[in-house]
Amino acid sequence: MDELRVYAPTAILGYGYPEASLEEAKARSPHVIAVDAGSTDGGPYYLGIEPETIRASGQGSAMMEFVGRDVGPLLELACAAEIPLLVGSAGFAGGNLHLAGASIVFQKAAAARGLRFRMATIQAEVDRAHVKEKLRAGQIEPLGPAPELTEEEVDSAVRIVAQMGVEPFIAALEQGAQVVLAGRANDPSMFAALPLMYGFDKGLAMHMAKILECGAIAADPGSGSDGLLGTLRRDSFSLQALSPERRCTVKSVAAHSLYEKSDPMHIYGPGGVTDLASVGFEQQDERTVRVRGSRFTATPRYQLKLEGSKRVGYRAVGMSGVRDPGTIAHLDEIIEAARTGVAAKFSDLPPDDYLLNFRVYGRDAVMGRLEPYRGPLPHEVGLVVEAVAKTQALATGLCGHARSIMLHHGFPGRKSTAGNLAFPFSPLDIPAGPVYAFNIYHLMDEPDPLRHFPIEMTEVGA
Amino acid sequence: MSQTKAQKLSELASVIRSKNAGPFELTFDIMFDDEQTYARVRASGILGAELIQRLYGVDADEVLSVHFFDAALTFKATIARPVASGTAGDSDVLGAQQHAPLLDVEIP
Repeated sequence: MDELRVYAPTAILGYGYPEASLEEAKARSPHVIAVDAGSTDGGPYYLGIEPETIRASGQGSAMMEFVGRDVGPLLELACAAEIPLLVGSAGFAGGNLHLAGASIVFQKAAAARGLRFRMATIQAEVDRAHVKEKLRAGQIEPLGPAPELTEEEVDSAVRIVAQMGVEPFIAALEQGAQVVLAGRANDPSMFAALPLMYGFDKGLAMHMAKILECGAIAADPGSGSDGLLGTLRRDSFSLQALSPERRCTVKSVAAHSLYEKSDPMHIYGPGGVTDLASVGFEQQDERTVRVRGSRFTATPRYQLKLEGSKRVGYRAVGMSGVRDPGTIAHLDEIIEAARTGVAAKFSDLPPDDYLLNFRVYGRDAVMGRLEPYRGPLPHEVGLVVEAVAKTQALATGLCGHARSIMLHHGFPGRKSTAGNLAFPFSPLDIPAGPVYAFNIYHLMDEPDPLRHFPIEMTEVGA
Repeated sequence: MSQTKAQKLSELASVIRSKNAGPFELTFDIMFDDEQTYARVRASGILGAELIQRLYGVDADEVLSVHFFDAALTFKATIARPVASGTAGDSDVLGAQQHAPLLDVEIP
């Protein structure tokens, strides 16, 4: 095989894709469809989420609406063309619970279209006891400014996942899976698995995979809701946008190499690093870019990236707007009054047991302490009050008390004595559920790339 | 030698953006369309760790890296996030709106 075509329909499963792009991809006879279904970008909530929250919030059904619509046509294409569909980081965070939910979505989409296929699901959770053992053996190191890892932190994580490399995907394909639905995976893994099975150059395969995993974000104009086709050859690869209104340009592709990472010259992954220092980009035709020169080097130790998320409390939020110029000018005084009033009323709580945040949109809410601009005050501001505490009831109570003080606080020269805040919603205080924090973002030595990733086969539609 | 007048980065760069690089880091990209503009900005010596410190009010050890990437006509800086992505107190979960102070930086 001299050429292998990888179809990347969308940046994240659920973001969608134009039907015309899917048709265009079909006409190019791809050898594999690959798609990333998750990210840590949305914060620690998705990894930390507990079953009771999923039930209470209806997020399982939301996944059906969001992801389900994307899955059906991709399964249909995979079955009709007899090619694999590889999906990583199922259910956004890739834990066992997320994988189980995504598996239901896939089976329902298949049933709705009368499709039959062999599906592998690959779990990606790592046993706590094993992580502690590795910690004691000094085989875990932090990634960048991640907090220090202790055995207590390992215990406090709701769950711990590891990002799988290409190996579990290859193993599932070798066992005859047509659809592979995997838990947490290193983003390029599902895009590089088939090329590596066929012995294509690992540097080129990993680099192409890294660009494809974001779909048409690497095109111009960029879009997270559209796809690319990657064509891998023995000495280079090409990237092409599938919608006629987009193009892959040297600039759009090179720019993407810098996206979301601090070191644009290297792509780090389980087992090795791809060096982009001598990469050449060339405009092959108006809409296609050809890339050469990406080099893979194996690292001496095979390392897996671990992610863990722990619950730190419960949140309530209150949203309001302010239009009165006097109130806007006195907002800091009003916020201070709310802090003092809450501390007095909840004096039985140690100050470290709760957190109150006041964000003034229109002034400095977006950047907080990073905001350098102090200009004239706008004619209208938005106000978000956030309370985080050990229980939902306490958080909602704290938020409500802060809100009631702010609503009626009197200040010098006040004209609007009926109330300081305009609320868009009733209830005024919205219980927002649990709050999480990433407490594990570390590399762990693991000589066996398959060890934490058990594969289970299901005959769907049989 | 031609004398250029001072211009803002927003007039010179084609991309000025911020984004998470993992949950604990925030990375900034300033990208240029042509080599001449890139070379001028680079030679001005304005872009560097000190600018990032001053602009964002962060300490030297919070600026994790600053680099010019000639091949991509890009300046990149990475800082430690003041609050980890998405936990209590964070104001920008994806870190996508932290670039604005860079827009008005003046290049002589």
